[in-house]
Amino acid sequence: MTGDERNRLKALAFRVREHVLRMATGGGCFVGASLSCADIMVFLYASGIARLSPDSDSERDIVLLSKGHDVPALYATLAELGYFDIRRLSNHLKTSDAIYWHPNRSIPGVEFHSGSLGHLLAVGAGIALDCKLSRSAKRVYVIMGDGELNEGSVWEASLVASAHKLDNLIVIIDRNEFQANLPTEQLIPLESIERKFESFGWTAETTNGHSFEDLEETFRHLPFREDSPSAIIAQTVRGKGVPSLERRADRWFANFSEAELSMLLDELKTGISHSDIQLEGSVVR
Amino acid sequence: MTPYEDSLLRLVHTDERLVIMTAENRAPIKELIPLIPGRFVDVGIAEQTLIGMAAGLALRGRRPIVHALSAFLTMRSFEFIRTDIGISGLPVVMVGYVPGFLSDANGPTHQAIEDIGLMRLVPSVNVFCPSDQQELAEALPEILLTEEPWYIRYLNTNGTTNETGVHLLKIGKPNVVHRGFEICILSYGVLLGYASRAASLLERSGISVQVVNVHTLKPIDTDFLEDCLAHFAMVVIVEDHFRLGGLSSIVAETVAQCHRRIESTGSRVAAIVPLTLGDRWFKPTLFKDVLQWEGFTAEALAARIMKQFKHEVSYA
Repeated sequence: MTGDERNRLKALAFRVREHVLRMATGGGCFVGASLSCADIMVFLYASGIARLSPDSDSERDIVLLSKGHDVPALYATLAELGYFDIRRLSNHLKTSDAIYWHPNRSIPGVEFHSGSLGHLLAVGAGIALDCKLSRSAKRVYVIMGDGELNEGSVWEASLVASAHKLDNLIVIIDRNEFQANLPTEQLIPLESIERKFESFGWTAETTNGHSFEDLEETFRHLPFREDSPSAIIAQTVRGKGVPSLERRADRWFANFSEAELSMLLDELKTGISHSDIQLEGSVVR
Repeated sequence: MTPYEDSLLRLVHTDERLVIMTAENRAPIKELIPLIPGRFVDVGIAEQTLIGMAAGLALRGRRPIVHALSAFLTMRSFEFIRTDIGISGLPVVMVGYVPGFLSDANGPTHQAIEDIGLMRLVPSVNVFCPSDQQELAEALPEILLTEEPWYIRYLNTNGTTNETGVHLLKIGKPNVVHRGFEICILSYGVLLGYASRAASLLERSGISVQVVNVHTLKPIDTDFLEDCLAHFAMVVIVEDHFRLGGLSSIVAETVAQCHRRIESTGSRVAAIVPLTLGDRWFKPTLFKDVLQWEGFTAEALAARIMKQFKHEVSYA
């Protein structure tokens, strides 16, 4: 990856995080996970690694956001790339539009709705099976949360995907080490995620979910093994990019005041925490 | 090959979008499987994944027909049906094996006697309960033409089925299988034949009984039900389902909607007699013994209906 390319992606990821913070006002959004997966989203849609573009393309790769609460990062990425008018992001939660807390198919670029965890790996397996039956070369990427791995349906679908040798199916786990209210390892320990997937017949690799170079290096080897689905465990930081939101159990869902927003935008620009300021508008759900 | 498998085979050959799926419930399609290589997918004992994958295939334009035991299809994967299929209205056909009394001696774990209620609750999902294999086989092409999701109560060829000789005319339109003018029996599925024979027994006692095959529970033909409620002294519902959620509930909902209209014409709304499983599971034993124990043989049904009818006559 050239320096220019990296800078282009970084600039895009910065703007995505700006949009996410703005969507965390006036009712709020799931800000922590949206910030942790922003770089993954930008890499997937904008690096050219996947066949994705705003023009409808029947041969496009399929991206499914199984942890639907990250939708601000998805919508911000899609809007920045021209899938729909960027001004629509300011319609977040308004009755005049359909931009709410989980994705739906009326928004261009969204392949399927989600919100209930543990659903889209099976749906993705169905799409991947269709591609195999049609001899299509397209790939199916399913973005999941680490907390989502608590759901039994994930493992059921993993077994079936492996049995059907769906090597066109790729799971990307946003490993930000938090589920809703707690660190994952405190509540339901998940490690080793790599070995879990491997024992289910997948091939798994861990990478840095905030490094475009590392992501590129990992994605370049897909599928990791012929006849086996691939799992990418992308190590990330909840709240990434905004120091006073990083690694905070109580910054899963947040609704910030305008004053807090300007402070957080400043943190995003400078990388310096205003940790002495209490965030009053935050809500833990 | 059963009539159902014959029908499926023809459809697989004429419609390249069809994919036959199962969660390792191979019994209803065992002869078909070897004949459709590349068009058959077994996901193992994984009903949630069955529904999720079917949604993914349907999203790509395929037409999955999925099979699993009714109890697990409708309950283990209920949220997947509601969320993946119901919200999107994807045209997945869900075929439930051994529904209602057909689970024989398996016990309450396998008794799908709330399946119709559950499926009816999901927006966009339709419900079809054929009374025999022929009706099922005949209905399939029409069901697929709707391009909507369906839940079907599968009926095997063994055991007693529809012996009325009258079969489906049209999806959504109840069939009068036996004409009469005093009592109207509404039934569906495996019990239709018993209801019909109960009607014959009652007629020997001088009571005129109409029998209707309400094979399509959703969408329901409300006008037809309203007509029954307005023109008969008693409407009896015979179903292997809890009292809540099935045809008895549908009739009660219809009464709530239309009673004023019926009364305004000077008629009385028919007395409603639900012959259901009430609020409990049934005795796990062989099918014919289930019918005996639970009072759903033709003789038992006739006696129960006669008792109610006498009661209604004395009340009237």
